[in-house]
Amino acid sequence: MAELNAIELDDVVKEYLSHGEVVQAVKGITLGIAEGEFFSLLGPSGCGKTTTMRMIAGFEDPSRGVVRLHGNDVTDVPPNKRDVNMVFQSYALFPHMSVWDNVAFGLKQRKVAQPEIRQRVGEMLEIVDLTGREKRRPREMSGGQQQRVALARALVNKPRALLLDEPLGALDLKLRQAMQIELKRIQREVGITFVYVTHDQGEALTMSDRIAVMNDGLVEQLGGPREIYERPATTFVAGFIGTSNLLAGTATGGVLSIGGGQVLVEQDGQVSVTVRPEKITISTEKPDGDVSVVPGTVAEVVYLGTYTSYAVSLADGAEITVFQQNALDSTTTAERGDPVWLSWRAQHSYAIGS
Amino acid sequence: MKRLTPYLLALPSWMWLAIFLVVPMAAMASVSLQTGNAIDGFAMTFSVSNYTDAISRYSTQFLRSLLYGGLATVAMLIIGYPVAYWIAFKGGTRKSVYLFLLLLPFFVSFVLRTISWGFLLADDGVLFGPLKSWGLLAPEFHVLATTFAVVGGLTYNFLPFMILPIYVALERVDPRVIEAAYDLYATRLSAFRRVVLPLSLPGVFAGVLMTFVPATADPVNAQILGGTANTMIGNIIQTEYLTNLNYPTASALSFTLMAVLLVGIFIYARALGTENVLEAVAQ
Repeated sequence: MAELNAIELDDVVKEYLSHGEVVQAVKGITLGIAEGEFFSLLGPSGCGKTTTMRMIAGFEDPSRGVVRLHGNDVTDVPPNKRDVNMVFQSYALFPHMSVWDNVAFGLKQRKVAQPEIRQRVGEMLEIVDLTGREKRRPREMSGGQQQRVALARALVNKPRALLLDEPLGALDLKLRQAMQIELKRIQREVGITFVYVTHDQGEALTMSDRIAVMNDGLVEQLGGPREIYERPATTFVAGFIGTSNLLAGTATGGVLSIGGGQVLVEQDGQVSVTVRPEKITISTEKPDGDVSVVPGTVAEVVYLGTYTSYAVSLADGAEITVFQQNALDSTTTAERGDPVWLSWRAQHSYAIGS
Repeated sequence: MKRLTPYLLALPSWMWLAIFLVVPMAAMASVSLQTGNAIDGFAMTFSVSNYTDAISRYSTQFLRSLLYGGLATVAMLIIGYPVAYWIAFKGGTRKSVYLFLLLLPFFVSFVLRTISWGFLLADDGVLFGPLKSWGLLAPEFHVLATTFAVVGGLTYNFLPFMILPIYVALERVDPRVIEAAYDLYATRLSAFRRVVLPLSLPGVFAGVLMTFVPATADPVNAQILGGTANTMIGNIIQTEYLTNLNYPTASALSFTLMAVLLVGIFIYARALGTENVLEAVAQ
C-alpha cells in the first residue's frame, strides 16, 4: 500500500472576478505533500502561492479540483473543521487576549478538558521558549516573540499539518536567520507536516525537504533544495533561485560556441544552458583539460567577505558572473580590465527548457 | 521660544474652552447656590437647599429620564450594532455610500425631524388616520404621548451616534484575526463572541456614551412626542429657566444631572474595565 500523503492537491484551479474579468490566480496545481515533510511553496508575489495555501486551509474555495487531507476530500469542508492550522503573515494574534489565552484558544474551542489545556499550553510555551510570559499581551512583545506565540497557538492543537504564510517576513535579518533554525528544530521535535509559503529563496533552501517553485499560478519545478538549485528545470527557476548565468545558442558536435569560447553541452541544436557563478574558475592563463572555456575581460570586482564577485564581459557583449571563495590559498586576484579565462566542468552546465 | 510654540498653538483652544465652558459653568455653579427671584434679583446665600429641594421635587422626572435614556440606549445598541457590523463587513466598496445615508437625516434640523415624527404618529395623522377610518385600528389607539413614542424618538434621533463609533471599531478589526479564530476551530458564533465582539467593545463604549448622555438630557423628544406623563428632566430645566425664571433651581438641576451622568459613566467604565477598553483602543 502506498503511503498516504498528508496533503494532496489534484488539478486545483482558483479563479476570481476582477473588474468583470475572470483572472486565474492558480492555474491547475497537482502535488502531494508527505507526512512529516517540510514543504515550501516558493515564488514571487502574485504567483499564487498564498492562494494555494489558503485553499489548503479552507479560506478559499477552489474553482475546480480537489483538496485532500490524509486521503479525505476536504474541498468543501470549512476551515474550522479542517485538521490543519495556520500561522498568518502578520501573526493575526488576538490583541485582546494574553499569550496564554491566545495559545489556549483552539483547545478551548474544541472543548478540551481544563487540566489538559493547562498541561498542553504550558508544554507548548516551553517549546517556543516563552515560559514566564503567559500574561503578556501580544503588543507588549517583540516581533520574534509574537512570531513564537503564533507558532505555539497553532502547534498546541497538534494539527496534522501546519501552514505558514511568510511567517518571518516582518523580522529583521538576524532574527530571521535564528528563527529559520528554530522552526526547523521545532518541526523535527513535533514531527508535523509543515507547508511554508515564502518568496525568499534562501529561507526555502535552508529549511525545506522539498520545494515547489511557483510562477504565474503554476508549479515550475518540484524537488529538493539541492536539485532545484543545481538542476533548475526552467529559465525562471534558474533566474529566481540564486544567481545564474544563462548561455544560449546553437551547438554542433557537443560544443556551444560563445564569445570566442567553447561550452561543452550534451546535445546539438538550439540549446540554453545555465551555470552557477560559484562553479566557474577564473584564471589568468588558459586552462587545459576537458572543460568549458570562455575568454573575457573583468568588468567589475566586488569583494563580499567570504567570496569575491566578478562580472566578466565576453567578446560578444554578454556578461558572466563568477563567485570565487576568498580561501587561504586563493591566488587569482584579477583586477578590473584584466583579460581572464573562465572554465567549468561539463557537468556544471545544465540544459534547461525555455 | 521653540519650546513654547506648542503651548502658543494650543492657546486659542484653551481660551475658547475658558470663555465658553469654564466661565458659564462657574457662573451657573454660583447661581445654583443663590436665592431670590427674577424681580428683586438673586443674592449669593450658599443655599445648598436649592439642590435638596430640586431633587426631592423632581425625583420622578430624574428617574424617568434615566430610564428613557437607558431604554433608548439599549434599543440603539440592538438596532445599531447589526447595522454597523453589516456596513463594516458586508459594505464592500459602497461603505461610504451607506455611511452617507446614515448621516443624511442630519441635514434636516433635529427639532424638525422630531416634529415630523409627531405628524406621522398623530392620532389621526397620515399613518393612523386611514387605518382607523378603515377600522383596522381601534379609535382610541394612540402612540403619541406615550413612553414608547418618546423612547422611539430618542432612539431614532441619536441612532447614528451609536452606529458610527461601533462601525469605526469593527472596521479596524483585522480580518485575518477573524480568520485565525475560524482556523482555530471557532464556529461563526464563537468567533463573534470571543473575538469580534470584544474587539468592538471600545466602539460600543463610545457609542453608549455618545447616546446615553444626550438622550437622558434631551428635552425635545419628550416635549414633542410625549404627554404630561412623559416629562423628562430636560423639560423641567427648560421650564424652570425660561418660563418660571427660577435660575437657581434650574442650575441646581443641571449640575445634579451632570453629576449623576458623570458618576454613571465612571461606574460603567469601571464595570467594562477601562484598562481593557483603553488597551484595545490603543491597538
